[in-house]
Amino acid sequence: MDSAPVKKEKTLCDVGIVETLFHTFARAPHELQLEYGDRIGPVTMAYETYGTLNADRSNAILVCHALSGDAHAAGIHAGDENPGWWNDMIGPGKGFDTSKYFVICSNVIGGCRGSTGPSSIHPGTGRPYALEFPFITIADMVNAQRCLIDHLDIEKLLCVTGGSMGGMQALQWAASCPERVRAVIPIATTLKHSPQQIAFNEVVRQSIIADPTWREGNYYDDGQPEKGLALARMIGHITFMSDRSMEEKFSRRLKKSTPSFKFDADFEVEGYLRNRGESFVKRFDANSYLYITKAMDYFDLSGGKLIPQGRHVDTRFLIISFQSDWLYPSYQSQEIARELKGRQVDCTYCELKSTYGHDAFLLEVEEQTELIRHFLSTTSRGLHSWNGNGNAVRS
Amino acid sequence: MKDISPGMKENGMENRPDHRVIYGSIEPNSRVLDLGCGTGELLSILMRHKNARVQGIEMDRHAVYECVKKGLSVFQGDIESGLAEYPDGSFDYVILNQSLQEVRKVEYLIREALRVGDKVVVGFPNFAHAGARMMLGLGGRSPVTSSLPYLWYDTPNVRFLSIRDFQLFCADRGLTILEAHYLGKAGPVHIWPNLCARNAVFILATREKGEHR
Repeated sequence: MDSAPVKKEKTLCDVGIVETLFHTFARAPHELQLEYGDRIGPVTMAYETYGTLNADRSNAILVCHALSGDAHAAGIHAGDENPGWWNDMIGPGKGFDTSKYFVICSNVIGGCRGSTGPSSIHPGTGRPYALEFPFITIADMVNAQRCLIDHLDIEKLLCVTGGSMGGMQALQWAASCPERVRAVIPIATTLKHSPQQIAFNEVVRQSIIADPTWREGNYYDDGQPEKGLALARMIGHITFMSDRSMEEKFSRRLKKSTPSFKFDADFEVEGYLRNRGESFVKRFDANSYLYITKAMDYFDLSGGKLIPQGRHVDTRFLIISFQSDWLYPSYQSQEIARELKGRQVDCTYCELKSTYGHDAFLLEVEEQTELIRHFLSTTSRGLHSWNGNGNAVRS
Repeated sequence: MKDISPGMKENGMENRPDHRVIYGSIEPNSRVLDLGCGTGELLSILMRHKNARVQGIEMDRHAVYECVKKGLSVFQGDIESGLAEYPDGSFDYVILNQSLQEVRKVEYLIREALRVGDKVVVGFPNFAHAGARMMLGLGGRSPVTSSLPYLWYDTPNVRFLSIRDFQLFCADRGLTILEAHYLGKAGPVHIWPNLCARNAVFILATREKGEHR
């Protein structure tokens, strides 16, 4: 198995220096079958691992990233000082404790951070796929992850987790192969996008498509549609924050002492959004943004599709939402819990206090850690009441 | 009491005669839903010593954390709206212990509890206990007692019922009382329960379900 040799840094309570690994599969004629009929291959998955897989291969946790995330969830890459996107939650002694668990994070297919996506080379043409890339769904992302988990020779995951789109993948794991997951922790997510969520994604997509340099997706020789993609990201960042968190972060503060009376970024909030937009275009492919937002919009496990009537499921659920998250409001997490109540599934739901809005799943570390640590501990030791056979263990 | 519980002391049941009574009444291997489960003490004991498959509903976030620590599954939320999604007969017991007095839609909740559960355990403080009568009748003050510990301006309670009130309610609504336990400070009360008992625990079934026994 080619899991990453994790070097521990002494000073940081952290996973230290990590590297991204790659697994390529689905070579012709065994291409990956996609949900909407197309086949794709070969498929490369970029992934990272933290901690050590135990002897009976029972301590693996799959962490799924959100829309713009990647496989680099924790630690730092050599020569780079930016830690992974969930570094506060993954590491020795943290919520996902790498001294106990083996944590895996992979980039989704359709992405642009090492896994196969629209910016990858089409084997048939030798050029980037662009819009030749097939439509992918959350179920396809999960199916590709399953191939990676097979490759790592893990029969049953202790847990699949993630926030936002990562939470959709966690739910999809429970729907697609509950027998391979002991627990799922969907955070700040939903069974299906509401019209409001689809609307935001559509505005985001149209801002990319309206940029003339998008060129129907064929921009790889000429450079990204930077204006459109930056605007898309700016819209996104507004939806990730809350009214209160924006007040606390920026208020109406000006960048300079006097307003410019031009269309410059006068207010700090304007500067922040422009800055986020500009840095985003350096690391994210515009076509990937189109494909992945569409996959989120198509996702729908409502109406009994999460756990079909009559199916017996031993997977435990810990559903977490945040008070100020208006993009994925708590009622959507409660909807997941309601689906599970009718199915005799072991399920815990908790709404955490936060002012951060949707970003809370990345920022509210303390309470998430508290819940997740204990949930994983009782799950891994089988010390819970619905431990597989519907029978409690005797202490 | 039917049963002396194992490890009563370490489970903190020695100070909770109501927990002892409920523990003794619940059959092993049952499916149990606790409405207003708090930090999960009772569910935890039922899980560990009665092999029960347990689920809680609790409003307080910090209490939910405590439940998760104990390996319990619990929904954070309001007990009055928390039952609708459960299919009929999802549980063997639905427990409403020390939470009924905080409920607004009492009749609806008891009906719902009897729909999703085979039996319903209802435990509440007795407003007609002698101590409370003294405070109200002689002192002219709203009762503050060990089972009703709140001052009038700072109480979660919205219902003030006596044992007699609840018996009449059950008779009026056609509910069968399968068991009734009256509790004082230290243990069971056998005479004049509506005067002497601080707490009561009833186990209810619908008339149809009750007649099958």
